[in-house]
Amino acid sequence: MNLLTDPVGASHFMAVGAVMFVCGVVCMATKRNGLGILMGIELVINGANLNFVAFGSEFLRRNPDYALGVDGQLIALFVIVLAAAEAAVALAIALNYYNNRATIDVDRADELKG
Amino acid sequence: MDGHINWHSFYFLLFGLTACVFSVAVVLTGSIVRMAFYLTLCLGATAGLFFLAGAGFVGAMQLLIYVGGTLVLLIFGVMLTAQGPFVNMKTRAGEWVIGGAAGLMLLGLLLQAAFRVEEWRGPPEGVATATAENAPPGEIGIRMLGKPGDNGKAVGKESGYLLPFEIVSVHLLVVLIGSAYLARTKRRRRASDPAEST
Repeated sequence: MNLLTDPVGASHFMAVGAVMFVCGVVCMATKRNGLGILMGIELVINGANLNFVAFGSEFLRRNPDYALGVDGQLIALFVIVLAAAEAAVALAIALNYYNNRATIDVDRADELKG
Repeated sequence: MDGHINWHSFYFLLFGLTACVFSVAVVLTGSIVRMAFYLTLCLGATAGLFFLAGAGFVGAMQLLIYVGGTLVLLIFGVMLTAQGPFVNMKTRAGEWVIGGAAGLMLLGLLLQAAFRVEEWRGPPEGVATATAENAPPGEIGIRMLGKPGDNGKAVGKESGYLLPFEIVSVHLLVVLIGSAYLARTKRRRRASDPAEST
């Protein structure tokens, strides 16, 4: 199929969302900077949000009656608000960690190993 | 329809490729400052994708709250902690191998799942695309205030989204107080302080 002449569907949005999700997961797994891990979380949340919006849209389906409608957009809005709250708390924790340890490397936080 | 560019698909390709390329760049770059910049571009391109899906209000909120608020917060965090050795922190090669392999397997699984269902592959030719008519934001506000959907699609919902809306408002207040409490500067306790021993 030709991407320039054929109409795009929810599958294509899901593909972009999947790339962002996987990049976020790899980012969370490999970065040692605490703020880098936070950025990975933001990528994961946005990849998931893209799927919500794509499934809510009536223009990306073969049969528009099966679309989620405005519910998808509402859930995406709630996710955006919760992501903002999560970023605020996580940033407060990261700054506190930096104040106490003078480092932001999460591999050095291993007191709870037991 | 051959040789005729579908502009909706063209802009989808533009924003989608921007989002994918810069999210990969976030993973691959080592500098935390560059990561923040690439993340900004990636989230901006995601807002463009929201507009293309017919969700204009969500796209605007993405630009306002996410790119304008959350990312500025993250960049403040980067500015407060990016000193000397913490700007570039190298990941060990073994972690790259394991993380990359797991990521590629997950990506293959998700892509296969995305393109498996025929119904999701796109509308038939000649149907109006989302760029023609963007959904008005009024219905979102009405649903947030508790009116159930009256378009015949939302069957079985009683109260719309009033309760989640209230919970999220209180949650934001709690988070505001909690993060202010967590991030405030603490006075160091000294063992020789006479006030502490009583």
